[in-house]
Amino acid sequence: MSSLSLAVRDSSTMLRRNLLHARRYPSMTLNLLLTPVMLLLLFVYIFGDTMSAGIGGGDRSAYIAYLVPGILLMTIGSTMVGTAVSVSGDMTEGIMARFRTMAIHRGSVLFGHVAGSVLQAVISVVLVGAVGVAMGFRSTDATALEWIAAFGLLALVALAFTWIAVGMGMASPNAEAASNNALPLILLPLISSAFTPIDSMPGWFQPIAEYQPFTPAIETLRGLLLGTGIGNSGWITIAWCLGLTVLGHRWSKAQFDRDPR
Amino acid sequence: MTDLAIAAYGLRKSYGDKTVLDGVDLAVPAGTIYALLGPNGAGKTTAVKILSTLITAGPGTGDIRVGGHDLATDPQAVRAAIGVTGQFSAVDGLITGEENMLLMADLHHLSRSEGRRTTAELLERFDLAEAAKKPTSTYSGGMKRRLDIAMTLVGGPRIIFLDEPTTGLDPRSRHTMWGIIRELVSDGVTVLLTTQYLEEADELADRIGVLHNGTIAAEGSADELKRLVPGGHVRLRFTDPAAYRSAVSALRDVTGDDEALSLQIPSDGSQRALRSVLDRLDSAGVEADELTVHTPDLDDVFFALTSSADIPDQPKEAVR
Repeated sequence: MSSLSLAVRDSSTMLRRNLLHARRYPSMTLNLLLTPVMLLLLFVYIFGDTMSAGIGGGDRSAYIAYLVPGILLMTIGSTMVGTAVSVSGDMTEGIMARFRTMAIHRGSVLFGHVAGSVLQAVISVVLVGAVGVAMGFRSTDATALEWIAAFGLLALVALAFTWIAVGMGMASPNAEAASNNALPLILLPLISSAFTPIDSMPGWFQPIAEYQPFTPAIETLRGLLLGTGIGNSGWITIAWCLGLTVLGHRWSKAQFDRDPR
Repeated sequence: MTDLAIAAYGLRKSYGDKTVLDGVDLAVPAGTIYALLGPNGAGKTTAVKILSTLITAGPGTGDIRVGGHDLATDPQAVRAAIGVTGQFSAVDGLITGEENMLLMADLHHLSRSEGRRTTAELLERFDLAEAAKKPTSTYSGGMKRRLDIAMTLVGGPRIIFLDEPTTGLDPRSRHTMWGIIRELVSDGVTVLLTTQYLEEADELADRIGVLHNGTIAAEGSADELKRLVPGGHVRLRFTDPAAYRSAVSALRDVTGDDEALSLQIPSDGSQRALRSVLDRLDSAGVEADELTVHTPDLDDVFFALTSSADIPDQPKEAVR
């Protein structure tokens, strides 16, 4: 068997294992969706009037349109906590020692986690997106191409953060630590343009909010679904995603190749 | 030599300034059971981890060949030849026993039907067919260990490493495990196992290496090791101090314990030796309350070899 087909075969076996875990224990994944869904409900139905005034008038449906893209990216951040926890759990289990002593493709363990996590993130985005649609979110004349690009964007962001989450999971000695280490992935969207426009924030803070990875991704998604200006946000997002993917991959691989603890 | 399944020269490993293995040589002929015997922290697990490619050997280690493959240059070929059951359960606790087995079949690239057949066969053989559809997190210790070994056997490995296969098992499960291990070797498989139980090494192993302070303190068959130490004796116990004192004066060459009122007479345990002791007791008119014959066992070997003054402190964190 060539090394490529070995890699594909073993990685898909590992992916099946991860999906089996997710299917057997769906509460873990669903719990992670509570945060974005709660925030969506809270900001629309409780703070909605104030928030829609804050984005320059308009009614509540205008704020739903503003909020949903940010919530979708926050959903990705949330599912990453699950990824970090399951990776750290795996690394401390005996089964990992077994995998390491088998003649399987070395990277397949991590690839299985990554593919499974991206898939779960995209499914989660669809679920939370459905909640948004039920609450009244509609895209503004998005073409089929723009929808495809939107999904591509979400998958790319999920891939980038998954690799970072895998690295965090491997660096964590246990599930609790992994959960804490991945917290920034939930907190970062709170200080992005997800809830309020950047220019409503204090001046010294604006550059931080503007150039962190979530804001350009949110602006790009808004542009694709709502027809707002994307500007250079698309390129910044792609650059962030590629950078984080490479960084996360190298970090994870270096940790995997080290002698286990 | 080509018929060595495992050949390691000068195995070394240290963590920081703590030396765990300090030049261990191992030669295990194909189709035999070799037991690495030693107390906790002696380096048994570290040796297994190195030989099974889990961790790298320390600097200064010589050639290591497992299944004829060079461990340093071709670890994947070594992995294809071996099966490993570690000290800590290496099963996926979130899925069922059957799913664990099928996962192994997939990773060994068996076809779907072949994987199902092997899984069913092994689950049956290890008495797990009934529990096959239950999550392994609900298994008892003995069941987990059996599943662990069943998973190791999926790819048909020719060399199997078992790290403390019976630690923590109840006596019945331990005997079941011994039966399983003997069965493996009857199929021509080579087994390297570690144990802290002398009885286990005695029961199973063709050759035993006593690991102490990072080196092999003694090596040989159980009988060869027993010959290394004089340990055979007859023990007499008395309840009456007067009888005890007359026995001491009647017998020569005795080691007495005045408080416990017991005597040890060096003896090979033969009928002739026993009779001479009894004759002398009779002629002195003394009767012992209890007589036991003690033949040297691996405990004697073990204590003789490892009771040196420099027993290392237990490491703070057990080296796994």
